[in-house]
Amino acid sequence: MEPLKQVHSKTVVIDSSNIDTDQIIPARFLTTTTKEGLGRQLFADWRYRADGAENPEFVLNQASAKGCQILVAGRNFGCGSSREHAPWALLDYGIRAVISTEIADIFRSNSLKNGLLPITVDESTAEWLLHHPGAEVDIDLANMRLTLPTGVSVTFPIEAFARHCLLNGIDELGYLRSKLSDIERYERAREY
Amino acid sequence: MPPRTLFEKVWTAHEVLAETADTPAVLYIDLHLIHEVTSPQAFSVLRSMALPVRRPARTLATMDHSTPTRTDQVFGNVPIKVDAAAKQVRQLEKNAAEFGIELFDMRDARRGIVHVISPELGATQPGMTIVCGDSHTSTHGAFGALAFGIGSTEVGHVFATQCLLQRKPKTFAINVEGRLSPGVTPKDLILAIIGKVGVSGGTGYVFEYRGSTIRGLSMDERMTICNMSIEAGARAGMIAPDQVTFDYLQDKPRAPRGKDWDAAVARWRALAGDPDAVFDASIDIDAASLEPMITYGTNPGMVVGITARIPNDAAHAASADAAVGVAQTGAAAAAAADVVFDKALGYMGFHGGEALLGKPIDVVFIGSCTNGRLEDLQAAARILKGRKVAPGVKLLIVPGSQKVKREAEAAGLAQIFKDAGADWRESGCSMCLGMNGDTVAAGQYSISTSNRNFEGRQGVGARTLLVSPLTAAASAVQGKITDPRSLL
Repeated sequence: MEPLKQVHSKTVVIDSSNIDTDQIIPARFLTTTTKEGLGRQLFADWRYRADGAENPEFVLNQASAKGCQILVAGRNFGCGSSREHAPWALLDYGIRAVISTEIADIFRSNSLKNGLLPITVDESTAEWLLHHPGAEVDIDLANMRLTLPTGVSVTFPIEAFARHCLLNGIDELGYLRSKLSDIERYERAREY
Repeated sequence: MPPRTLFEKVWTAHEVLAETADTPAVLYIDLHLIHEVTSPQAFSVLRSMALPVRRPARTLATMDHSTPTRTDQVFGNVPIKVDAAAKQVRQLEKNAAEFGIELFDMRDARRGIVHVISPELGATQPGMTIVCGDSHTSTHGAFGALAFGIGSTEVGHVFATQCLLQRKPKTFAINVEGRLSPGVTPKDLILAIIGKVGVSGGTGYVFEYRGSTIRGLSMDERMTICNMSIEAGARAGMIAPDQVTFDYLQDKPRAPRGKDWDAAVARWRALAGDPDAVFDASIDIDAASLEPMITYGTNPGMVVGITARIPNDAAHAASADAAVGVAQTGAAAAAAADVVFDKALGYMGFHGGEALLGKPIDVVFIGSCTNGRLEDLQAAARILKGRKVAPGVKLLIVPGSQKVKREAEAAGLAQIFKDAGADWRESGCSMCLGMNGDTVAAGQYSISTSNRNFEGRQGVGARTLLVSPLTAAASAVQGKITDPRSLL
């Protein structure tokens, strides 16, 4: 995995709470056996009309969204199904960070394992971001600091080990496999 | 040692390495359940790293999500309609064979929804850690197991090491007292709990359902409760094992036998939380005050009693944050909340202040890992016996497993369903998530015993209302949203 230290980009805003993973990528697209190419199906039911044409009212289809790497959304982003296809689809589309006041547990865990930053911020920062789509935002992972174009800067929490792995491009499986002797010792003690 | 909760006992017993400030715990996984949708990418990782599945005997595979439920497609020669789904099923067969994993394939008599078959085999046992690439893995917590959903990368971690890196979650006691009234089921209870806690109130927590109401539930009923923990944001929900648990497991094919059984029960009895154990959060629920519950919006927290009216705005929704983030204060936040609330009602074609009772419906789905077990089908049959599905309504009844199917047929339930005009299928996830050919058409109203009423969950544009099997069956008979107590 490539090291990830910083995301600096304009934001795209979807001002809706409880955006579940069925919205991020509907179940009918989960018949794939790979992780690639899911960006086309990101937010499919909001992004495309029944005839397959783009819905011009949806923000991702507007010129302002092109090239944005940071998605700002309402509270409890990524709730519902455990499908890792949700972060895969966001990443394939080009999103590198999601900002909300609250991010669902499984989605957060899946995101961290793929280099998609799940950033939770306080209500007033979220409120500002929701009302300023297209704002140029800087996310500094090493210092856990998010800076708004106003100069306001806030820290965000992120699990220490996931951060270490992202900053250094370390695969968590490699770390886990380095503990195999401990795992074997545990199994012997429990008579597995 | 300080008093410990059920969760803390199970967690501690599976710590290969405890967490530190810098590193998560290495948690040992006793049972890894896999299915066709979330496993292929994990097998690909193993292949690319030339790794085996480290403990294939601790891994069990089935196919349920993308599989058809029509008998001619499962047992006949009618092919699976969607090529990608057929390919996914074949991929799991190939992966299981290559990596030495036991697979219940399409025509296996033990096949079914992953969260239905593991308990009925006795593979799910108290005190275990159980994971699966599926958020409804919380179901197995009904046995006093710590069971939670994981992503495909973590499926790969378990394949390669039989362990996961995990931060220890907090604990949340859901205390339920009082007797459920006739016609009010555990499904209604869990919907009421989600309405009260909110769809993100459980984020970061493991629930423990406690109290006399929970103690009085059967295992099928306890599984319905634990199944929907994730709909309140909690990755896992647990119930302390007791005699009901042990009676269910005894003589199940994979339960311990003889002396091993006695030793296991002694071990399992010690799992219940210590009397003075402290939880990080708690709520109290009065079960006696509940009526049958029904959702009206696009998340499971948007729920009311069936005789109630749809709330007028977000501030009057059942829980503070059921629809929205009203934990936020201020006029701007409240207005934003109402926009989201109104969008949900718009999707459903409803208005604030309307009654739900009597609204016409198109489709009724009885099944899923939430309500696809034998007792759920027995409940539906109580209503459907001697009655007919209303003209113009489609009733689909899908058993949670092939075992449930055989038992329902032997008990005469299937005949009751067919006589009523229902479509009786082979087991699978079916219309719960519309990725297998069973879908609800755009704009149609679906009364469903499943677990999610998200936009498009049952098909593009489908409008889902979550209910109990009793309410589903009653509504099918009347062709409109019906209080099941009127037909009992």
